Amino acid sequence: MTTRRFFLRNSALAMAGAGTVPLWLERALYAADAPSPRKKILVAIFQRGAADGLNIVVPHGEKRYYEMRPTIAVPRPSRGAGREDAAIDLDGFFGLHPALAALKPVWDDGHLAIVHAAGSPDPTRSHFDAQDFMESATPGLKATADGWMNRAMPREAQASAVRAVAMGAVLPRAMRGANAVVAVQNLSDFQVRNAEAASAFRSLYTDSRDPMLNAAGRETFEAVALLQSIEKQRYEPAAGANYPKGRFGDCLRQIARLIKADVGLEMAFADVGGWDHHVNEVGARASEGQLAARLTDFGGSLAAFWTDLGDRRSDVALVTMSEFGRTARENGDRGTDHGHANCMFAMGGGVRGGKVYGRWPGLEQEQLYEARDLALTTDFRDVLGELVRGQSGNRDLSRVFPGYAPRAQGILG
Amino acid sequence: MNRLTFGARPGDLERVEAMGVKKWIDLQLHPERIPENPVLGTKLRPLDTLTMSTARMLQDYPSPQQVKEMVAGRLPFPEDPDRRMMVDRLAARLKGKVDGDGGQGHTPELATLLDARQLRILRAGTGQEKLDLFGSFPQARQDELLESMGQGMRMQLFAAASPELRRRIQSANGPQSMVVQDLMEAKLLRAVYSNRQLGEVLADFWFNHFNVFIEKGADRYMVTSYERDAIRPHVLGKFEDLLRATAQSPAMLFYLDNWESVGAQSPAGKRRQRGLNENYGRELLELHTLGVDGGYSQKDVAEVARCFTGWTIKQPQRVAEFEFNARMHDGGEKTVLGVRIPAGGGIEDGYRVLDILAHQPATAHFISRKLAMRFVADDPPETLVNRMAATFLKKDGDLRAVLKTMFESPEFWSRGAYRAKMKSPLEMVASALRTLNADVDFTFGLNNQLNQLGEPLYRKAEPTGYSNSGEEWLNSAGLLARMNFSMALVNNKVPGVKVDGAPSAQGITLGSPDFQKK
Repeated sequence: MTTRRFFLRNSALAMAGAGTVPLWLERALYAADAPSPRKKILVAIFQRGAADGLNIVVPHGEKRYYEMRPTIAVPRPSRGAGREDAAIDLDGFFGLHPALAALKPVWDDGHLAIVHAAGSPDPTRSHFDAQDFMESATPGLKATADGWMNRAMPREAQASAVRAVAMGAVLPRAMRGANAVVAVQNLSDFQVRNAEAASAFRSLYTDSRDPMLNAAGRETFEAVALLQSIEKQRYEPAAGANYPKGRFGDCLRQIARLIKADVGLEMAFADVGGWDHHVNEVGARASEGQLAARLTDFGGSLAAFWTDLGDRRSDVALVTMSEFGRTARENGDRGTDHGHANCMFAMGGGVRGGKVYGRWPGLEQEQLYEARDLALTTDFRDVLGELVRGQSGNRDLSRVFPGYAPRAQGILG
Repeated sequence: MNRLTFGARPGDLERVEAMGVKKWIDLQLHPERIPENPVLGTKLRPLDTLTMSTARMLQDYPSPQQVKEMVAGRLPFPEDPDRRMMVDRLAARLKGKVDGDGGQGHTPELATLLDARQLRILRAGTGQEKLDLFGSFPQARQDELLESMGQGMRMQLFAAASPELRRRIQSANGPQSMVVQDLMEAKLLRAVYSNRQLGEVLADFWFNHFNVFIEKGADRYMVTSYERDAIRPHVLGKFEDLLRATAQSPAMLFYLDNWESVGAQSPAGKRRQRGLNENYGRELLELHTLGVDGGYSQKDVAEVARCFTGWTIKQPQRVAEFEFNARMHDGGEKTVLGVRIPAGGGIEDGYRVLDILAHQPATAHFISRKLAMRFVADDPPETLVNRMAATFLKKDGDLRAVLKTMFESPEFWSRGAYRAKMKSPLEMVASALRTLNADVDFTFGLNNQLNQLGEPLYRKAEPTGYSNSGEEWLNSAGLLARMNFSMALVNNKVPGVKVDGAPSAQGITLGSPDFQKK
């Protein structure tokens, strides 16, 4: 750690040249030298497109599940010689989709918790609205201008320019708001490649009278300086951290890198699409097909991230969400349509895992939401609230989740 | 002017002033009266998929799947002898893959085709040397060489090649990729070169409104016809015609799964275990017409979906045309937004729904607001939107009249609307090219830039399309990409694009805060 901080200071000073050290840089250096620079970090993952929670964390103890999904259900965990396409038993009632095998060790170590029948209480089945509501964390209220992750960051005078990072070319709704957030496609490209131009652009943006472009420009150039300083080193993920090829694995690898580089990251966001399986959700067997492929990438990336974090695990909590679940019954095309409640994952050093949280509402006809979807028993804000409080130390949850008082589920002990 | 176009070219402002702004706007509202830029025609000509039917594309630019079908006799081979040869070569390559030699079995090593001197030229020669060498071989040999070359070597040859040779080089990567390539190429070329600028802006707007995702399976081959036959002819016509054209387009039917939606009580539904799919019904209400607050219920979604059962695609992998299949249709009575649609309407049920939706006040308001968002401000004044919506309802959804109302409104000309909006990445890139009078030879370099900027063309997976709010694009990754693109452009570092004598200072201007606004 000391080495890295030393490195950061030297490279940053070298960058600034012999002239005066800009205020923001001083701030970054101060942060690096501060007595307790290791921040707790909250990582949020959004599965866009409404992932099928019932096939991801399978209620294999539920007879109705098999009746409603005659051709796309994940088979019950097998006794004895394992069937490749069967659910991986978790607690005798729920099981993981077989493509999530990489996450089973994290579960066994007690660092992966699942909340089932969780989600947004808003009845919408529109992807767009439901994502919007989940990211603003004000279900039903469209006028909310900012996102929950942004509101969750405590006001801090000396915050790092990269305290909040969203992976991607556009800033997600969850991260928008008053606190500075940077969107990063790729750490190595995060710079103006021509140094002379960089300084010309920096003054143009910091002098701009357009308040939005001015602010965005300032944030950008502060973050560039910090990220370039860590980019000078080569990154090798920890032994055994095999990120799957593809965008999601890349995103998590870069988040892990930022965490381990200790640049003051507090919040990170990444999304992963491709879950809207109206047609042919499952291949010839449950372990094949579109959902299985998405989950192999998803679970493999999360597992690699976990391995990569090494001794930083105790500082990190990661939470996953998707805008709504899918119909309890399969539709006519071996797929599922837009539904209601879903499952969420929480993974972290402080997470009390190895347990499926939330009351299971059942799948009998009268237990279903609007007679078609898994009913909701845990508001997603209960899960997020607990993690926000535990990770950011922000105790004023009424500001983060206006109009709602999250109830801790005991996920963080 | 910035808002009606993809940016001004040098001299445009003077020309508009000489003509009078009103007259210029009126002309832009009638693109058929504007002579098209001959340069554009020349540049589009080699892109032959643009004018093909989907069926023809499937034949002439087949995917590996289609090649297999041809070999198996389930699809006809292309008639053109050159194309036929290409398919035979692809088939041989595929067969190699199946036989387990990684597809290399029929692709000879480059070293067996060329002598040492020739190899050296291809590896390290100048562009011209490579071209001369390549041109000295007969065409069949050239194609063989292309297949044996690595991707890197092919791309180097590409940079120096004529448009015709470039197509063959790209085809060697897999002919099916040409279809998407041509579309992306045409979109950028039109944005940069077309004299009918408003028409192009509108084509972009309406495609995005009725978004489809080109990478969803068979849609790869259907989007060309979608944009050309369903979107473009109607952007200044009646909204209902546009709505109908999209509803019956194979691209939309495939993208939102309606082609597979089967009425539970229909003959097909009873026979097979297939059923209703609500995807199109929902997006039609939420995104295409009423808007999410347009006052419809989940029940309406299901009823609309029932009305559209049987609206399907005739042989998507071969013919790919709209077809009404009565055997899939739910023949029962339906109620949509309180309107009873009697049993037995068949294909008319769908038409009836579109007619109802196209004339709803909620639709008029939703469409007007979205247009005003694109052309005026992220949060457009309600007075303006209401005035446009009134025109929409009075003129039976005449989109030209709605636009005219907007362009003639004081809100459009107000100070607050001047440079109020952040340009989208496409607008930024096209306007930079227009400002510099850049010569665009090919566009894959520009398309890579658009990916970096966050707007990969034809690749917005969600039915929402890209946001019309400028704020969408306001973030550090996007800003940096804009600055880097600007510098790359003036330094002639974007493959396929040439600018003459643009100093670095001009790159700074293009990447500056001011240039990001429209």
